[in-house]
Amino acid sequence: MKSAAIAPGDVTRYGLGLAAPLALVFAVFFIAPLAQLFYLSLHNDAVATVWGLGQYVKFLTDPFSLSVLGATLLLGAEVTLLCLVLGYPIAWLHQRAGHWLQTVIILIVLLPLLTSVVVRTFAWIVILGRQGIINSTLQSLGLISTPLRMLYTQGGLVVALAQVQMPLMVLPLITAIGRIDTNLADASASLGAGHWRTFFRVILPLSMPGIIAGCTLTYAAAITAFITQSLVGGGQMLFMPMYLYQQASTLQNWPFAAAISIIFLVAVLAIVALFSTLGRRARINGDAT
Amino acid sequence: MAGGAEAKSLVLDRITHRFAGGTLAVSDINLDVKGGEIIALLGPSGCGKTTLLRIIAGFIGQSEGRVIIGKDVVDALPPNRRAVGIVFQNYALFPHLTISENVGYGLAARGVDKATRRGEAQRLLEMVQLGALGARLPRQLSGGQQQRVALARALAIKPSILLLDEPFAALDKNLRLDMQIEVKRLQRMAGITTLIVTHDQEEALSMADRVAVLSHGQLEQFGTPSEIYDNPQTLFVNTFVGTANRMKGTVIAAGPTGARVQLEAGGEIIGRAPKPLRASDKVVVCLRPEHLHFVSDESGFAGEIGMALPLGATVVHEIRMRDGQSIKISQARTGDTSLRDAGATVRIAPLGPGLATIFPE
Ligand SMILES: Nc1ncnc2c1ncn2[C@@H]1O[C@H](COP(=O)(O)OP(=O)(O)OP(=O)(O)O)[C@@H](O)[C@H]1O
Ligand SMILES: [Mg+2]
Repeated sequence: MKSAAIAPGDVTRYGLGLAAPLALVFAVFFIAPLAQLFYLSLHNDAVATVWGLGQYVKFLTDPFSLSVLGATLLLGAEVTLLCLVLGYPIAWLHQRAGHWLQTVIILIVLLPLLTSVVVRTFAWIVILGRQGIINSTLQSLGLISTPLRMLYTQGGLVVALAQVQMPLMVLPLITAIGRIDTNLADASASLGAGHWRTFFRVILPLSMPGIIAGCTLTYAAAITAFITQSLVGGGQMLFMPMYLYQQASTLQNWPFAAAISIIFLVAVLAIVALFSTLGRRARINGDAT
Repeated sequence: MAGGAEAKSLVLDRITHRFAGGTLAVSDINLDVKGGEIIALLGPSGCGKTTLLRIIAGFIGQSEGRVIIGKDVVDALPPNRRAVGIVFQNYALFPHLTISENVGYGLAARGVDKATRRGEAQRLLEMVQLGALGARLPRQLSGGQQQRVALARALAIKPSILLLDEPFAALDKNLRLDMQIEVKRLQRMAGITTLIVTHDQEEALSMADRVAVLSHGQLEQFGTPSEIYDNPQTLFVNTFVGTANRMKGTVIAAGPTGARVQLEAGGEIIGRAPKPLRASDKVVVCLRPEHLHFVSDESGFAGEIGMALPLGATVVHEIRMRDGQSIKISQARTGDTSLRDAGATVRIAPLGPGLATIFPE
């Protein structure tokens, strides 16, 4: 709808005026610290007096630092994939379900968001631990004789993170799938396509906006999940947030910590950009009606 | 496609459908459609037209009854194995596929290779006069163009039955007429048995070989457009199709196919009665505006002119009867047709004795 009374120029000025407070908050609390971080990272010594790219060179030539970055990005990928594989059927079921079941599904999906991260994480420690629920159940059933090692393993961490981040995947998926015209599936069937063809040729491509949004959110949340990574991952596994924390807080090497942040940020942005390019490549149509 | 396999018949045998909530959407529908016919399903909103279409396509499993296409009972077949083409009211084109891919979709599902698919899609697009637009996306097309694509897509699978759900409802009047002619041309060419759902009676009467009038999930009448218009079997059909004046009255004398009625507005009238009547039954008499004329003698019934409406080729007068009812009378506009003044007292009468239809109240 366009209104004849307001010229386009007026609309723009009006809109910018309203956005000003948010822009200010954004500038003060996001852009400025980021700029300061960048400024800090451009120093070669720990007290930030000598200019130079030494911190970046140090990180990018240090196999240990690179392995931490690699492990973090891989962790994010694994969690995201698990969330997608488990979350898509839930979102799909939500779409098909009756009103009552829909409410139940939403409640179950949202439940993790309603409890503190620390509590959820300790719950996973209780579940996965040597004397935890899984091990004691398997042992009492006689299926295993010695406890399985699940806590402090990559697998255990991926599962715990996936549970914690699940709402971030499922909610965008529910929105995207809900926006697909149900006649499209019927049209596909009437044209001779079976369930699988309809799913892969129609439903999946059209849920791509939700998949991209869900993956981006889940990925970003999983790689920065400091508490869960540290507690369920334990001391053996080191990921970027903890690495950064150690450099800044324990070793007081602020310029190096700043450089780690910037590198981490760039790596994450690159991956997010990759997600959306892949999505667009699949010729996806976000505002299909 | 033209001159392909002979068109299949469609039989709906006592179809009843009750939705989960308990709504009885269609009730005991029998329809016998010959191969190659165009049938219009006509009825007001909510009378079960879409439900019936979805039952034929296989999207809904009916509670009772059978759907028979050709010689086969198809109730056990899923939609993808019924070879029923359907054009949805909102077209339901795949928004992420190009026009050409949309049209070729059904062929792809049948394992036809890409080159053949392209060629066939192009042929069909040319048939609906959209040959140049194959590379576009659906949202880059106008409503009328999308409609043609939806039609081409449905025809691509050489369906044995073609179903159209309110195909022209979203189009403006001129485009609608073009598309009606277009669809009829394509249907004749392909010789496909076709069902068109509509709540537009003109569309039903002009396009269909036979019209099925539905009301509240029930089949009121199934017949040719002239039968429906000239010989309505129920009060609903008489008032829903075309315009009809309704006058209340009491039967004075009844025969097997007609009756004489004393009107509450004064005067007597003789008319046809599709359902048998008995003397002193309360009835409703329907008379179409074009079946009335002004008389200068003492026949007919008296009233006074309420309003005169010059509607181009016809002139309609609204007349207030003595009992307060109003009645419309329409005349073809000839050189000497004059509009009558409001308030003038007139007498009107049916043009002939068989033109009124009488239904039990
Ligand atoms: N999924 C459903 N569940 C329950 N009731 C339904 C459902 N779909 C339709 N109905 C009911 O069945 C009846 C017939 O609906 P249908 O959609 O067939 O009407 P229609 O003739 O196509 O109407 P319109 O001209 O408005 O499209 C209506 O009373 C409707 O409320
Ligand atoms: Mg409908």
